[in-house]
Amino acid sequence: MNNMLKLVTTAAILVASSALTPAFAANTAITVGMVLEPPNLDPTSGAAAAIREVTYANIFQGLTRFDANGAIIPDLAKSWDISADGLTYTFHLATGVKFHDGSPFSADDVKFSLDRARAPDSTNAQKGLFADIASVDVVDPATVKVTLKKPNGSFLFNMAWGDAVILSPKSIATEATKPVGTGPFKFVNWVKGDHVELGKFDGYWGTPAKLDKVTFKFISDPSAAFAAMMAGDVDAFPLFPAAETLEQFKADPRFTVIAGNTEGETLLAMNNGKKPFDNIKVREAVAHAINRKEIIDGAMFGYGTPIGTHFAPHNPDYVDLTAQSNYDPEKSKALLKEAGYPDGFTVSLKLPPPPYARRGGEIIASQLAKVGIKTEITNVEWAQWLEQVFKGKDYDLTIVSHTEPMDIDIYGRDNYYFNYKSDVFKKIMADLSGTTDPAKRSELLKAAQKRIADDYVNAFLFELPRLGVANAKIMGLWKNQPTPSNDMSEVYWKD
Amino acid sequence: MAGGGFRLRPCRSLGTHMAPYLLKRLISLVLSLLAASVVIFLVLQIVPGDPASYMLGMNAQPETVEALRQQMGLNEPVVWRYLTWVAGLAHGDFGVSYTYKVPTGELIAQRLWVSLPLALYALILSTAIALPIGIISAAKRNSAADYGIMGVTQLGIAVPNFWFAMLLVLLFSITLRWFSAGGFPGWNAGFFVALKALTLPAIALALPQASILARVMRSALLDTLSEDYIRTARAKGLTRGQTLVRHAVRNAMIPVLTIIGLQFSFLLAGAIIIENVFYLPGLGRLVFQGITQRDLIVVQSVVMLLVFAVILITFLVDIAYALVDPRLRSRA
Repeated sequence: MNNMLKLVTTAAILVASSALTPAFAANTAITVGMVLEPPNLDPTSGAAAAIREVTYANIFQGLTRFDANGAIIPDLAKSWDISADGLTYTFHLATGVKFHDGSPFSADDVKFSLDRARAPDSTNAQKGLFADIASVDVVDPATVKVTLKKPNGSFLFNMAWGDAVILSPKSIATEATKPVGTGPFKFVNWVKGDHVELGKFDGYWGTPAKLDKVTFKFISDPSAAFAAMMAGDVDAFPLFPAAETLEQFKADPRFTVIAGNTEGETLLAMNNGKKPFDNIKVREAVAHAINRKEIIDGAMFGYGTPIGTHFAPHNPDYVDLTAQSNYDPEKSKALLKEAGYPDGFTVSLKLPPPPYARRGGEIIASQLAKVGIKTEITNVEWAQWLEQVFKGKDYDLTIVSHTEPMDIDIYGRDNYYFNYKSDVFKKIMADLSGTTDPAKRSELLKAAQKRIADDYVNAFLFELPRLGVANAKIMGLWKNQPTPSNDMSEVYWKD
Repeated sequence: MAGGGFRLRPCRSLGTHMAPYLLKRLISLVLSLLAASVVIFLVLQIVPGDPASYMLGMNAQPETVEALRQQMGLNEPVVWRYLTWVAGLAHGDFGVSYTYKVPTGELIAQRLWVSLPLALYALILSTAIALPIGIISAAKRNSAADYGIMGVTQLGIAVPNFWFAMLLVLLFSITLRWFSAGGFPGWNAGFFVALKALTLPAIALALPQASILARVMRSALLDTLSEDYIRTARAKGLTRGQTLVRHAVRNAMIPVLTIIGLQFSFLLAGAIIIENVFYLPGLGRLVFQGITQRDLIVVQSVVMLLVFAVILITFLVDIAYALVDPRLRSRA
């Protein structure tokens, strides 16, 4: 026992003394906190946002890409020509590009990656992005021609997604665990459950990154995330899970709070195919029973922009329709009476894990109760939500944020969990996909927003904010999130 | 050679008595494992949620989900999947993780390198604290020291370890900045660097365990101290200290060993909350993550491994009893 005590004491002293030596902080390295660990690092086979938060624009690049404000800009394709009929896209590729595994990048790799994504056995989570491609042809090593089945106004936008990145055929077998791309950072190491480390790629074809090392550290517990920021273990936390502590960070000069927007339309979704929500009057009644400000203040600590339709408010084509579904409990009660529910009714409300849903759900339940709609709240895990609500459509009400950019087309999908059926809306979508003229597209997008607001398909709540905390000396972090990403290529430490 | 024979004799008698006892314990160990494997597999089949749908998210096309299910082997019949899994386990093959896409055995091994040292570290700390203070407390019964120790250990049991962990982080990480608030750099970063990362979590885990253990040590010791043979030993002329060490402590070890065995199992499998507070990549968090992502193969294999560990530790504790108390052997 004595020997053991001695051993423990010695170890404790050694540990304590090593703890006292201050760590030398190299100013070309950054540690970024993330709530969820990516399941693997292959963005072409899995929907997890965390995969893109590590790899997008850092490891992988596509033909086009999103910039910090969501505009589509050239990436591996320096420029492109679109044929007059809108069916042929000729991409002129960047030259002198190398993959991290040393193999040179060429048109063959573009053909390989796009064909792989649209193959019958493809496991690409966004296979729909490639649905309109008829063929991909290599013209010469620096030129690739994509032919479409029908004109698609969003084709360049589709090619900017993390799911459409160009992979190295040589390293395809180990893509999930050792990703190889053409980006400014290369994969270095992954300690599962703890962190992924990226290093600057010296053979990068574009402007070299300013950082030498980026470490993504995974911390799911909100109070642990707070402690990690406060202790300086993590330099930036772009999607910070403890929103309740943001005021504290705001007051502390060591940190900056970054509040931006995402592409996440947060909805109280209603099962349009089921009683009582098959009645538009009931849906309108629900919409008027909701007090958006109260939800944003109570569930989101004041962050988030109210929305009146399924569209991002920062998009130039957005129409503000919030007045159409303003908070008006008296009108709500009257509508319920008209619909034949003078005493209200009881429905289920299924809540997935994110705080906006769990906290927001409680507030919405009490708001609905005021007009006579009683709710039975059930908390579900994501896997259950996907199974029961999304796939099984076994729900009355649910709260969820639809984070895909420009996803208003989901209202035109058959068999989607909203159970919304509108030929008018489908026609708008069909016209949109065949239109490339920007002015006409804008008109159609506005019509689509108006249509779903008029049909009160869902109660539209707010645009999900992107709330981050960072060391005040870090520059170049993105404010908004046009697509799940943590682009580190222009990030640096101010002296 | 007579001397050698004399030295061997106790061992042989130990062996002959231990053999049937061991055999009986081994059979029950294998049966428990089989039963556990069936239960674990069945429970996970019932849990709603499809791993392929989870991975591909809300925008995936049904045919894509089907292609992934095919790739993951989820379309095979249930019985076949069970048998393949168990057959694999028997060979030490845990299957390939659905989400991480690496062999589950590799994942478990990485996590064990965190969980096992953490559990051991906490157990060593807890034992090193608990046994001496338990003995002091019993030896100086009803003294100020005894009351003090009992009061502190009462507090140690009452305080939840995650709350204590947060206090440690607040003091040593945020205010003093001696330790990281969490995370694990890996053993490659150096032995002491890694040990340092495990220190706060180990303390947080150890203190409540030490409080329990100290109280068990004290009461077990008080029980033995009132036995007749202790009085006999004293009457024979042994000092208080000699009696305590040679007779009382040894006899008080049985309940203490039981608790240590249980505590080790608990520390190995039950550290999940502490792992979350310190974001350590341990086994508990692997299971938790596996459940949310419906990475069933990982969940069933880790749970199976934990069951195996608990059963094995119980088995070892049983043997330890038999070594400490010969009567248990003959009873078998």
